[in-house]
Amino acid sequence: MAAIDVTDLHKHYGSNHAVDGVSFHVDQGEIYALLGENGAGKSTTVEILEGHREPSSGAVSVLGVNPAKADRKFRDRIGIVLQSSGVETEFTVREVIDLYSSAYSNPRSLDEVVGLTGLDEKVDERVGSLSGGQKRRVDLALGIVGRPEMLFLDEPTTGFDPSARRKSWDLIEALIADGTTVLLTTHYLDEAEHLADRVGVLMQGRMVAEGAPAELINRLSGTIVSFDVPDSISLDAAAGTFAEVLGAQVSMSGRLVEVRVDQPTVAVHRLTGWAIEQSLELEGLSVRRASLEDVFLELTGEYGVGSGS
Amino acid sequence: MSGFASNASLVIRQTRYQLKFFTRVPIALFFTLLLPIVMLILFNALFGNDSVCGDDACTPGNRWPVSQFYTGGLAAYTAVSATFTNLANMVPLRRDEGVLKRWRGTPLPTWTYIAGFVLSAVVIAMVGVLLMLTMGVVLYDLSIDWAKMPAAVLTFIVGVASFAALGMALASLVKSASSASAAANAVILPLAFISDVFVVSDRKNSFLNSVGNFFPLKPFVNAFQDCFSPIVDGPAFNPGSLAFVAAWGFVGLTIALKKFRWEPSGSAPRGRRSRAAAVEAAG
Repeated sequence: MAAIDVTDLHKHYGSNHAVDGVSFHVDQGEIYALLGENGAGKSTTVEILEGHREPSSGAVSVLGVNPAKADRKFRDRIGIVLQSSGVETEFTVREVIDLYSSAYSNPRSLDEVVGLTGLDEKVDERVGSLSGGQKRRVDLALGIVGRPEMLFLDEPTTGFDPSARRKSWDLIEALIADGTTVLLTTHYLDEAEHLADRVGVLMQGRMVAEGAPAELINRLSGTIVSFDVPDSISLDAAAGTFAEVLGAQVSMSGRLVEVRVDQPTVAVHRLTGWAIEQSLELEGLSVRRASLEDVFLELTGEYGVGSGS
Repeated sequence: MSGFASNASLVIRQTRYQLKFFTRVPIALFFTLLLPIVMLILFNALFGNDSVCGDDACTPGNRWPVSQFYTGGLAAYTAVSATFTNLANMVPLRRDEGVLKRWRGTPLPTWTYIAGFVLSAVVIAMVGVLLMLTMGVVLYDLSIDWAKMPAAVLTFIVGVASFAALGMALASLVKSASSASAAANAVILPLAFISDVFVVSDRKNSFLNSVGNFFPLKPFVNAFQDCFSPIVDGPAFNPGSLAFVAAWGFVGLTIALKKFRWEPSGSAPRGRRSRAAAVEAAG
């Protein structure tokens, strides 16, 4: 049985179709990422699954239960880490964990929770005195204190610097090592690529692509060949020239040329052959596997604009 | 599986935590408990020697110092600020922070959370009133007539229940915590001036007197004052006033039940939170 089953979900606010016919399922023990920009419908979808909002239409089932009719037993089986929900900052970490654990039927012990979230050292400090990253650990701690079968993580690392993000990922991976099902929302592509078994890409309330990160990348973007335009070729002429050489659509950003190719060996052979013939050196030549970001940019129709991170 | 804790133990735990919170926020402690005491000391220092006369002429046996009246009035005011003002401030604050939303996502029965809020307010009100009365007895010759104490207890119960309901109603109606604090004070402070809390009016037919009588604060304050007033004989039950206060409480309860929201309004808290997190993470 799927942990989450969503069929043709709609949520309308007046004429605004925040969620416009989304269907997907998440298997038990799977980590599924909903990926999308702000306003794509991620949070609305997740809040419907958590029982915070009711859908306009469509069928939703979480752990075999309709979350709109969620009761105490259902809430006992899920854990929610929302971006927008605060904690009583005047209490110590020990106190909030103790307080929230009292709501669950079979909570984890304080020691277990602080051990899992790396808060051992902070257990007697007030939540208000913790750093942003430590506070997010408290969020995670309160999300898992009830030993959930299903964990919702809403943009768990938004606003973090790269090293804090990596630490959070390790933490999340350790937390769910016991087979907890996770629904993650994020607008960080590397986060989805790193954590998720499968990714669903939401755009303007619709699911525009779905699959394992590697599968999405292979299906949509193949390999990226990139290099700088040699000085002897004008920027105006470059796109046309290289499109002809490579037989593929070329995108330019500044002097950087990026080409998505399905057969990298052939493409590189033709490109380098042409360059030798012309006695040109292609500075910054690279061949790399497309990232989820490339997929995403292609999907948003912005491929080539400000890409190449 | 060990099963859920009993509702009673959950309510007790929530109440205890709300009280613990209250003791950790100096500003709440000051405005709710200390400020009325400061006012009691101040008013008595300024006007304590003035006299109030009974219904008949100002004969020596029919004449009491004003301090006899301040204590009861300010004690009633303390009870109102511990319930109405306190809840109208704290509940929207918790809502803005997203704490209410977090709790609603847990298996805790939501009513036990609200019960913890309300019961803690009642406990604070009780402590405040007892503190005030003790000060009155020790410092200002307040006479406690035991025959009138059942009426005092009943008046207290009806009052805190009604003003707690009205506080929850205001908390349900306001958009954000900052407007809640302003609204609560804009309601209660001017009312206190025409409700015999700070100044006792003896002009029975004035316009302000009628305004005061329309709202529940004055009937409650007067009913509570009567339980400590040497002019009024025991048992000092005031069913008319209490019914009026309770009716206001019922209106408040109806509004609170209809309009209560668990979610922060708009997206402001989310933005603030993520901005704060971004700043901290960058730092």
